[in-house]
Amino acid sequence: MLKRLRENKSAQGTLLALPTTLWLFVLLIIPLILTLVISFGKRSPDGDVIYTFTLDNYLRLAGYSTNCDNGQAACFDPLYLQILGRSLLLAFNTTAIVIAMAYPLAYFIARADPKRRNTFLFMVLIPLWTNFVIRVYAWMMLLRKEGAINIIIGTVAHWLGINFAPLELLYTPGAVLVGMVYEFLPFMILPIFTSLEKIENPLYEAAADLGASPFKTFLRVTLPLSMPGVVAGTILVFIPVMGTFIVSDILGGRQYILVGNLIQRQFLDARDPAFGSAASLILMVLTLIVTYFYTRKFGFGEEIIAA
Amino acid sequence: MSEFAVELRDVVKTFKTPEGTHLNAVDHVDMQIQNGEFFSMLGSSGCGKTTSLRMIAGFEWPTEGEVFIEGKPMGHTPPFQRKVNTVFQNYALFQHMSVFQNLAFGLEMEGAKKDEIQKRVRRSLEMVQLLGMENRRPKQLSGGQQQRVALARALVKTPEVLLLDEPLGALDLKLRKEMQLELKALQQQLGITFIYVTHDQEEALTMSDRIAVMSKGRVMQMGSPVEIYERPRNRFVAEFIGESNFLEGQIKSLSGSEASVFVPALNAEVVGTPTSEGLVNGEQVFISIRPEKIHLTEHPLRQNTFSGQVVSTVYIGSNTHVVVQVGELRLKVWEQNRISRLEPSSFYTVGQKVDLMLMPENALVLKKD
Repeated sequence: MLKRLRENKSAQGTLLALPTTLWLFVLLIIPLILTLVISFGKRSPDGDVIYTFTLDNYLRLAGYSTNCDNGQAACFDPLYLQILGRSLLLAFNTTAIVIAMAYPLAYFIARADPKRRNTFLFMVLIPLWTNFVIRVYAWMMLLRKEGAINIIIGTVAHWLGINFAPLELLYTPGAVLVGMVYEFLPFMILPIFTSLEKIENPLYEAAADLGASPFKTFLRVTLPLSMPGVVAGTILVFIPVMGTFIVSDILGGRQYILVGNLIQRQFLDARDPAFGSAASLILMVLTLIVTYFYTRKFGFGEEIIAA
Repeated sequence: MSEFAVELRDVVKTFKTPEGTHLNAVDHVDMQIQNGEFFSMLGSSGCGKTTSLRMIAGFEWPTEGEVFIEGKPMGHTPPFQRKVNTVFQNYALFQHMSVFQNLAFGLEMEGAKKDEIQKRVRRSLEMVQLLGMENRRPKQLSGGQQQRVALARALVKTPEVLLLDEPLGALDLKLRKEMQLELKALQQQLGITFIYVTHDQEEALTMSDRIAVMSKGRVMQMGSPVEIYERPRNRFVAEFIGESNFLEGQIKSLSGSEASVFVPALNAEVVGTPTSEGLVNGEQVFISIRPEKIHLTEHPLRQNTFSGQVVSTVYIGSNTHVVVQVGELRLKVWEQNRISRLEPSSFYTVGQKVDLMLMPENALVLKKD
């Protein structure tokens, strides 16, 4: 039996893929199917799911409302569409800022003396050793009215004899953006660093040898060869930012709601799992659509080199 | 146009070692490379040949001295402003570009027009017999084809001087020999200066007009392949290029083109030709004699003939390598197998007594340093 397995490459492959396949099936595929089924259900008065087939949840997300001011039976309420739009915009902005900040740093680390490179990478990773939630709370300490940032500005203003009223930094969209950028920066630095590090020195020399200035070399050689890292980093940042609710919960206040918060509240506060499931699936579909068009334009990274 | 395509004037390049000491990778090197010459820098790794080439390309700057290209001092001119192009050791092709784009890159940097680029890229690809491969990626080519792309990418820029850093190192032997001849033909056809770095002595001998043999950052000897092989100026060169027997001794008399050297191991005087400069009477020297230049003879002359005994023989096809014990020395002798025969008696056998003749013009007297 063992001997036969040793000769059968395809059986080996099946065996190796089995644990993960099982894991994914039990913990991803089945829950996904359940979510899909529930999303077509209805909320029972005591917060359970009544299994039927109705598109109400999806219509509600699209703006169909039966809860109207002027006594109409149905009207358009853009609340949920606004939440989706806000989430998308935040994910785009976060990703763009993270790329702009991560690329120069990754470039610096990749071109640094190999002996110091590991120290720099270590410094990038250190924040990840602290719990995600604690790091977000730390930003709360920095941003609140009597927080570090206001104290520093206030002290400087005091020295200069300027009147200073503490800034309202916390519970603003800006605070959420700062928090997101901070949380996800390492996930962009690392893949960009990896792809920059792979570019061998002779390639830069060849470009210079053929008459390319450092700037042209960057545009024509460095940037295209590091695109796989940017693409991988974008996927690693964009998708979680779309779904995370902790950052906006802590730094954004009750009024600043993202899809993540919406889903969380449906399951915990509003006790409407059916509507929460529908919102989850819409989030997933939205993320998939964006990722699909993005990767179709830029590839998954590797094929830029392989093709 | 300057007299020399490239000139290195008293160039020193110092590197810091990991231990913190300083090392002269290139140590007071002078070289004058003529226009249209195929010039090789030959030496083992760490001899300073690649560093010298990189200083010409502009990837490194000399610590002392000056590099001149077409008579102009280069100073700290960056590589992209020098009129030389390089074929890199591992080709350094742009994997994210097609063959065509790789070649076009250098022309785009010059600001050449689209149709001109098209024309020149085609001509270059034709030169290296790669027409029809324009749209392939470097990864989709064989090692030999990648090598040609690297060559074409440098040549398309029509440089005055082409620098080649062990360009054939990654190819297998047969392909390497073919490419050697092709490169040489190409160089003669284009008439541009090639500066070629290699550790392969045979390659250097095959292709070069002149060779600089380097060791420890210094030029040991510069000359034509024939000069380097037939008239090595010191033991290092004699040993590095080809094989040789070395006989230690002391000069007894010097007369014009001949020197008589007493060799204690043979307890006899050997007459040879001085090739080092400034030899004096009584000086301790080496006699170098190539294995193929020792005659095994049945008709011994009086001068420079010694009898010995065969210690071992190895048949290698074209030659038989014989080791002969003479006095306290073991000398390598290569006998050409000029006649086709199978009987073992026709080859030398172990224990056989033989007479060795060292012709004075083959016994080179070298300084001992």
